[in-house]
Amino acid sequence: MSLLTRNKAPKLADHNAGRKLFGSRGATITVWIIAIFWTIPTLGLFATSFRPKEEISANGWWNFFIHPHLTLANYSAIFSSGTTSGISNGIMPYVINSFVITIPAVIFPITIATMAAYCLAWVKFRGSDALFYGIFALQIVPIQVALVPLLNLFTGGVHIGTVTVVPALHIAGTFVGIWLPHTMFALPLAIYLLHNFISSLPRDLMEAANVDGASHFTVFRRIVLPLSVPAIAAFTIFQFLWVWNDLLVALTFTGGTEGINPLNAKLRGLAGTWGSHWELLTSSAFVMIVVPLIVFFSLQRYFVRGLLAGSVK
Amino acid sequence: MAISKKNLLLGGSSAVVIIVVAAVLVATLGSSSGKNGTSAANCANVGTGYAVQQGKTVEVFTSVVGDELTRYQTASADFTACTGIKINWNGSDQFEAQLPVRVTGGTAPGLALVPQPGLIAQMVATGKAVPAPSAVKANVDKYWSASWSQLGSVNGTFYAAPNSANLKSLVWYSPKQFAKYGYTVPTTWTQMMAQSDKMAAAGQTAWCGGIGSGGATGWPATDWLEEVVVREAGATVYNNWISHKVKFSDAPIIHAMNTVWSWMGNSKYVGKVSTIATTSFQDAVTGIPSGGCMQLQQASFIAASLPAGSVVSPTGDAWVYYLPGISSKVTTPVEGGGEFYLAFNSNKDTVEAQTFFSSPQWAIARIKAAGSNGGWLSANSGVPAATYTNPLDALSAKYLSDPNSTFVFDASDAMPAAIGNGAEWTGFTDWFANGTPVKTVAARIDSAWPAGN
Repeated sequence: MSLLTRNKAPKLADHNAGRKLFGSRGATITVWIIAIFWTIPTLGLFATSFRPKEEISANGWWNFFIHPHLTLANYSAIFSSGTTSGISNGIMPYVINSFVITIPAVIFPITIATMAAYCLAWVKFRGSDALFYGIFALQIVPIQVALVPLLNLFTGGVHIGTVTVVPALHIAGTFVGIWLPHTMFALPLAIYLLHNFISSLPRDLMEAANVDGASHFTVFRRIVLPLSVPAIAAFTIFQFLWVWNDLLVALTFTGGTEGINPLNAKLRGLAGTWGSHWELLTSSAFVMIVVPLIVFFSLQRYFVRGLLAGSVK
Repeated sequence: MAISKKNLLLGGSSAVVIIVVAAVLVATLGSSSGKNGTSAANCANVGTGYAVQQGKTVEVFTSVVGDELTRYQTASADFTACTGIKINWNGSDQFEAQLPVRVTGGTAPGLALVPQPGLIAQMVATGKAVPAPSAVKANVDKYWSASWSQLGSVNGTFYAAPNSANLKSLVWYSPKQFAKYGYTVPTTWTQMMAQSDKMAAAGQTAWCGGIGSGGATGWPATDWLEEVVVREAGATVYNNWISHKVKFSDAPIIHAMNTVWSWMGNSKYVGKVSTIATTSFQDAVTGIPSGGCMQLQQASFIAASLPAGSVVSPTGDAWVYYLPGISSKVTTPVEGGGEFYLAFNSNKDTVEAQTFFSSPQWAIARIKAAGSNGGWLSANSGVPAATYTNPLDALSAKYLSDPNSTFVFDASDAMPAAIGNGAEWTGFTDWFANGTPVKTVAARIDSAWPAGN
């Protein structure tokens, strides 16, 4: 215990210095001004989503406060099976698709990364450092360069001459085909973040557990996992927002299988070829925003803690 | 600690339940939408010679989205009911970016509805596109003018049958004003210019003009030049001009620019020429109903910018006539745009759908699906003129479907963006605003042409 308190002391001092810097009146006012300006467009979009189509095209959203004509027409249009949206069953199937894509694409990398991070941090084996740096370095590979080769792997496999190295996986156009790229591209950052956090856990805890005869798996499950919740939660927010908002991977890997498109891929289409129904974008954008907001606010208390995880030693 | 671990596990398992439930939901929704509506189908409207292939689906990947896509679904319903082949209209606003990725990545659609000839060539170069089957080629040879099948061909092999078309070669005028002063609709370029002289002599402004369009200022002037180039020099020179085999400073283009200058750059017809550069293209049309200016070369969409209450009809406040040809060697020159069906496999169902889309029956079904507002026309000469309920569409379709028509694509859209959306716009704005000599403008655009193109 004494060790823990000793470790905490300098952190507390840092914290106070930060509080001093950001706690001044000038900083508070600046932060409020930035926050308000940042929120205005979203507020405008929100107000617009409740205005009738005619008024949206006639004048700006601020007229909402002068002539508050509220309507839910924009919301009912996107959920009902109408012809205006060009989507036969409304957007609900695509909202569900977004969940079906996002939830596993968050769980998979976190599960793998937590285990990998523990392994790289606490299980010493030959080349573990090199492996860690290798994974860390993989972050510099931009996702864009890997899209077409990956899609080729899914549809055609890998061949050298006539020799099949990897057979065609036939997972393009399935949910697996989207979960996999998201997992792959999340892993380097996830492992890096969690490794930094997990490696900063007190060595005494692990040693005590080892002395008591705990296996690596027990240590991982009973000590590392519960202590890593802030870091895991922070990364969950990151990954959830990234996958939920992702358009590129979804468009590339859902291919022509419209039935597995996430909401994102359908949003722009609601406005129509000539943008004649762009009032539908306001309401659908809000449906799109609500979910990440819920995720963020329910996990935000971990966010800053998790972000700083491992950065202050 | 124990509690938080339990929560974490619980969260995990409930998430799995959500996924399973959601996956089942998606599956059921997907299957329920695949119902067959054989009862209401009228197979006489689909045509003959199609084999029934139950349970097959052909994907058509397109840039069309929203309610316009719904009309495509409506129009293909009879075909599905009569042949069993379901058409999956997959619209994406990212079409141009997605298609190359899907084709090279191995998830190519059955058919792609490509709006640019350049993209057809690019897709053919990947080796994944397949030439059009003989039935499609026969339809296109029969119902479209030769310039259309050329646009759908790459290196002499025919690949893509046209879908819809639109026409830019229109002149707006006011039938009421024309009747008042005894003017008639000209049918030749010479007549048009002679009548413009008459208007000028009567103290009227013969031509409205405006090329202002914010960051895109100058584009209406590129259309004027394109109209004149195809009218004077024909489609071959025009298409070589797009590929820069014919330069802006070469004789045919310089000649065409001089013709444009004697028409839209002529102070006798337009008043102060420099105001063309500062007038927005939308404002240019506002003088038509009142006779503030008599004629304006612009595509049909400009009707939306007419003053409120203007009647658009052959006897009303505003109407259009076809911009007549110049050289007798170029028959019915028309400038516009269109889309093409490009196939990526030669499965029986794809071929059958492709054949249907190249038939007059498809065009008729699609025009009917557009309803009274119109907005969808085909250059298919097998479509009876009476099919069009919108008179503006009917007039445009008459010239587009002329079997002798010389159809060319908008050149500035087909040129490299540095020219078509850049140097040409700025050069022409300078031309109209400052009266910069034609040769200087041409040389400046040529020098901006990107290397390797």
